[in-house]
Amino acid sequence: MPDPMRIRASTSGDKTVVKVLMGHEMESGQRKDAAGKVIPAWFIQTVTATTNGRTVLSAQWGTAVSKNPFLQFQFAGAKPGDKVQVTWVDSRGETRTDEATIT
Amino acid sequence: MNERRTFIRQSGGLTVLGLALAAGLIKPGSAMAAAEWNKAWFDTKSVADTEKLLGSGTPVESKDITLTGPDIAENGAVVPFSVSTTLPKVEQIAILVEKNPTTLAAAFTIPDGTDPMVSTRVKLGQSTDVYAVVKADGKLYFAKKEVKVTLGGCGG
Repeated sequence: MPDPMRIRASTSGDKTVVKVLMGHEMESGQRKDAAGKVIPAWFIQTVTATTNGRTVLSAQWGTAVSKNPFLQFQFAGAKPGDKVQVTWVDSRGETRTDEATIT
Repeated sequence: MNERRTFIRQSGGLTVLGLALAAGLIKPGSAMAAAEWNKAWFDTKSVADTEKLLGSGTPVESKDITLTGPDIAENGAVVPFSVSTTLPKVEQIAILVEKNPTTLAAAFTIPDGTDPMVSTRVKLGQSTDVYAVVKADGKLYFAKKEVKVTLGGCGG
């Protein structure tokens, strides 16, 4: 089971700023192990953020996103107490969804 | 089991996309690709090829795009970048790294109500130009920034 994400979402005015820290190796497929064998790529491919049933951001990532990815974005139309869900799917088909309450 | 399912799903998706492309039904980089991972985008080896897939027409350099990042990155494995723009009707923001093994690092789809402003951290294999490509109102715009890398972030 992948590590939980850390999500922080806070509102000022009508804008909600969301910061997400995910736990993932993001293996590039370029590295070799001690025996000289290439370590296969293993990385998050898609990320989707929703609030109140509405998608507020979707992303496609390649291998060049850093290990334990950080993501920040902001949107309008949510208020404190609403929830933000973030879901990622990686190249092995594993997925994880976490939720945070907007403050 | 899990791997096989992923494979079937990806190859199926590609075939459908391939057929649609061949038939001229959809343009590469159109909105339908947003939810599924688009393998073709992430296979490109140059900035020009990537831009071709992201949208039609030649991208225009724009002062309305702000690409923020370090001038010198001591550790190429973790280099923070922010892209924001004042262009109207932004549909997509992509971060491209010219000298990485694969050019496209990340592509964000910006729905209505979301500000055209994203931050993330990417790996840089060596000193390189980094491009922020923004698709706004169907057109492509870009800004670029040179980053010197002291320690590469792709190999061992």
